Amino acid sequence: MMMCKEATRLMSLRQDRPLTFQERLSLRLHLSMCSACRECDRQFTLLHEAGRRYHPEHDDAEQGDDGH
Amino acid sequence: MNEKEDRLQRLTAVRPRLVSFALMHLRDRSQAEDAVQEAMMSAIEKSENFAGRSGYETWVFGILKYKILDAMRVQKRHGRWQPLEDEGDDDAIDRQFQRDGRWQEDARPSRWGEPEATFENEHFWKVFDACMIALPENAARVFSLRELMGLSTADICHELDIKENNCWVILHRARLRLRACIEKGWLKEDTA
Repeated sequence: MMMCKEATRLMSLRQDRPLTFQERLSLRLHLSMCSACRECDRQFTLLHEAGRRYHPEHDDAEQGDDGH
Repeated sequence: MNEKEDRLQRLTAVRPRLVSFALMHLRDRSQAEDAVQEAMMSAIEKSENFAGRSGYETWVFGILKYKILDAMRVQKRHGRWQPLEDEGDDDAIDRQFQRDGRWQEDARPSRWGEPEATFENEHFWKVFDACMIALPENAARVFSLRELMGLSTADICHELDIKENNCWVILHRARLRLRACIEKGWLKEDTA
């Protein structure tokens, strides 16, 4: 059975390359049983998205509402 | 005339974000300022190359990326970096997990809320910046190249002359550190 630490390795990896079938399977199994890792997976995805948002163009696009 | 002034104004407005972006990669304020200065100069010099108004900041940003990569190459060549191959143990990571690989009780990830709401929260970005700066230098470099610049790990390896596997290890650690740091700074303040 894969433990959380190893699961986070796969969660990180899948932000950088497609996982193999075997990797996907064991990650999915772990996530189905571990709520803390599900949160971690969301956080890694959010970090990935945050990196893309760091770009000034997004700042530009989202300014309208609060105007600064 | 008008367009020129408009662009200068937009350059001035976006400058602080450009500097903080460059700082993430170069970890040296004066080098970051230099890279931004050069990018702004070439944006002004080559302004006829830019077509369309909406993506001006994006275009300048694209120029800055090349300046940053140049500066990083110089840093590396001058031996200003710690060796990237060093894959020693990482205490900060080990503190998040028990011996058997489960989360430590006090390190278990909590919910951060909806991504959209998170991204709209200014405090989140302050914490994000602070946590990026707090990363070990090499972790910050590789993470910035991957997530802020959007380079593939293959490109990063080529750029930094390391093995791809090494890159993945560094990114895994960087993400774990970042998530722990952000969670501390972000959720605490949020409920205060």
